[in-house]
Amino acid sequence: MTLDKNARLGLLLATPTTLYVLLLIAAPVGMTIAYSFWTQEFVDVTRDFTWANYREVFTDPLYRTLIFRSVRIAAMVTLLTVLLAYPVAYHIALNVKKNKAMWLFLVTIPFWTSYLLRVFSWKLILAQNGVVNSALLWLGVIDTPIDTLLYNSEAVVVTLAHAWAPFAILPIFVSLEKIDRSYLEAAKDLGEGPVRSFLRVTLPLSIPGIIGASMIIFIPTVGDYVTPALVGGSDGAMVANMIQVQFGKANNWPLGAALALSAVVCVTGAACLLVLCLKLIERSLK
Amino acid sequence: MDQQIAVNIANVSKSFGSFQAVRNVKLQLKEGEFFSLLGPSGCGKSTLLRMIAGFEEPSEGTISIGGLPMAGIDANHRPTNMVFQSYAIFPHLNVEENIIFGLARSGLSRSEKRARAEDMLAKVGLEGLGRRGAHELSGGQRQRVALARALVLEPKVLLLDEPMSALDKKLREQMQMELRALQRSVGITFLMVTHDQNEAMTISDRCGVMFEGRLAQVATPHELYQKPNTKQVADFIGGMNFFDASIKANGGEKLEVELPRFGQLSMDAHGVSDGVGAAVTIGLRPERVHVGSNRPEGADVAVPARVIDRAFYGETIHYYLELEGRADPLVASVTNFERADHFEIGDSVWSGFRGGAAVALPPK
Ligand SMILES: Nc1ncnc2c1ncn2[C@@H]1O[C@H](COP(=O)(O)OP(=O)(O)OP(=O)(O)O)[C@@H](O)[C@H]1O
Ligand SMILES: [Mg+2]
Repeated sequence: MTLDKNARLGLLLATPTTLYVLLLIAAPVGMTIAYSFWTQEFVDVTRDFTWANYREVFTDPLYRTLIFRSVRIAAMVTLLTVLLAYPVAYHIALNVKKNKAMWLFLVTIPFWTSYLLRVFSWKLILAQNGVVNSALLWLGVIDTPIDTLLYNSEAVVVTLAHAWAPFAILPIFVSLEKIDRSYLEAAKDLGEGPVRSFLRVTLPLSIPGIIGASMIIFIPTVGDYVTPALVGGSDGAMVANMIQVQFGKANNWPLGAALALSAVVCVTGAACLLVLCLKLIERSLK
Repeated sequence: MDQQIAVNIANVSKSFGSFQAVRNVKLQLKEGEFFSLLGPSGCGKSTLLRMIAGFEEPSEGTISIGGLPMAGIDANHRPTNMVFQSYAIFPHLNVEENIIFGLARSGLSRSEKRARAEDMLAKVGLEGLGRRGAHELSGGQRQRVALARALVLEPKVLLLDEPMSALDKKLREQMQMELRALQRSVGITFLMVTHDQNEAMTISDRCGVMFEGRLAQVATPHELYQKPNTKQVADFIGGMNFFDASIKANGGEKLEVELPRFGQLSMDAHGVSDGVGAAVTIGLRPERVHVGSNRPEGADVAVPARVIDRAFYGETIHYYLELEGRADPLVASVTNFERADHFEIGDSVWSGFRGGAAVALPPK
């Protein structure tokens, strides 16, 4: 085989990336797939092919509940984050004239503290003797602290929605910023007021940003296990916590691998559904 | 015949902070006319247009459309529509959806709207392209869609902000003619902003020339070319040679002036009311300068000259003539017909002109 100069250069440039991808992505995924079909015998794993792990994942109601709950929590986190982020992004993109950079910089400030610290601070806010309860007690709204604020799936949703905010604001900001002002003037010129201009022009043109933000939030949220472990309690536990248990304490790697891959398939399906929904919304706005 | 006034701009000024972009403009647009606003970059043309559209409020003065004062009325409630410089074709909609965008609350059924869109598409020469996506259009097609989208709403005035500036020269010339024909067929008042004087002259019924926020002259293209009001207008509209002269006699209608080197000349006074001895600027279009190997016949005044440069334009040739005692070269534009004399750089020639060809410019 002979290659011209360009092709050889291309190959040379692509090699490090290809090796990196093979080593750090393809190999672990391949191993996970392999493990999910192997057999667990007491503390050992034998390389005998079996469907048993998948059968267990799909028949045991516990695993099904965890996967569905993870997808549901992730969907709620995505919805809440996008709803809260959109007005912020809109304001920075369309109302702020000077110092846009400063505003974007402010948006990233929560990132200056570690992720764990931010989750812990939500614990302080929502705890029985936390900020919310003390404030309500002091105001006289309640006379005994509410003990259901923490350790449930809502606490996970709130904590993650806060943590992801910049990841939603930035892509939506970019898509809004790209919209030519003359489109908005044209909509006004053609007789539409601010609300209908927004629905017919601004919103459809920012759908790509919303899709981007949703994917960035939805996919990692399904797999998050730190936040549910810290603020989720048993009600808020998600599938990743169970995967961690299988690879850790339970020491059942094949089951953990099968669980992980099933979760991946579910996430992919749910993500496709999400994009489809957004596309339908986009079409209905025409 | 007394034509109805479509737009009345009464003493309108616009300031941005301390900067006055539009200064005391008075202008009336007649119903069904094609009016062009012409002027150099930054003179306030777009600002004036945007005040009519409702995107800016005048700092002073009032704008009325069809007899109704527009103060406090938002752009979305005004009987105007705009063709934007960038056309602003909505990228997420196809051609037909773009065209019917403004019909959303017209109460028309979907099929009636589509019929209107079909009609408009035929009018602008885009039959059968309704399903095309916005990004699958050429520059000329985008402009036609923008026109169709605005005209389908049957505005009282159509506002066009430099609609040709995104097109190449050939297409621009074609679109100018089409725009003119379209305006005649729909009978709507068009107000076009441009900084291309040829464009304004070829397609308008009347033109207004703006400088630094002021409307310097409003006239038909012919009048604007033949009888510019000021030196600034004369210079902006086509090429012009200027002479400093002094008045020998002023009969009100006729003016006798003394031109350095050329001698005495009689011409139209054209509103110059200064008395004997006053200085006056005389303008002379390059195509009114006669050039010949001998003293040109029929010229009222003539002097010897020398060709110092030459520019070939196809249908015309420009000669730059050096005259004794004159700093700027005299520009002569000679039609390139079959038996025309041709001169080389360095040739000695005669240059002259008739008094009727020159225009006296008031010192404004
Ligand atoms: N929103 C604004 N804020 C401040 N100054 C402005 C604003 N809009 C226009 N100007 C100023 O007003 C002047 C006239 O602007 P305008 O856009 O009307 O010019 P124009 O004649 O259309 O020029 P061009 O041919 O370059 O489009 C310019 O000096 C411009 O800088
Ligand atoms: Mg302009």
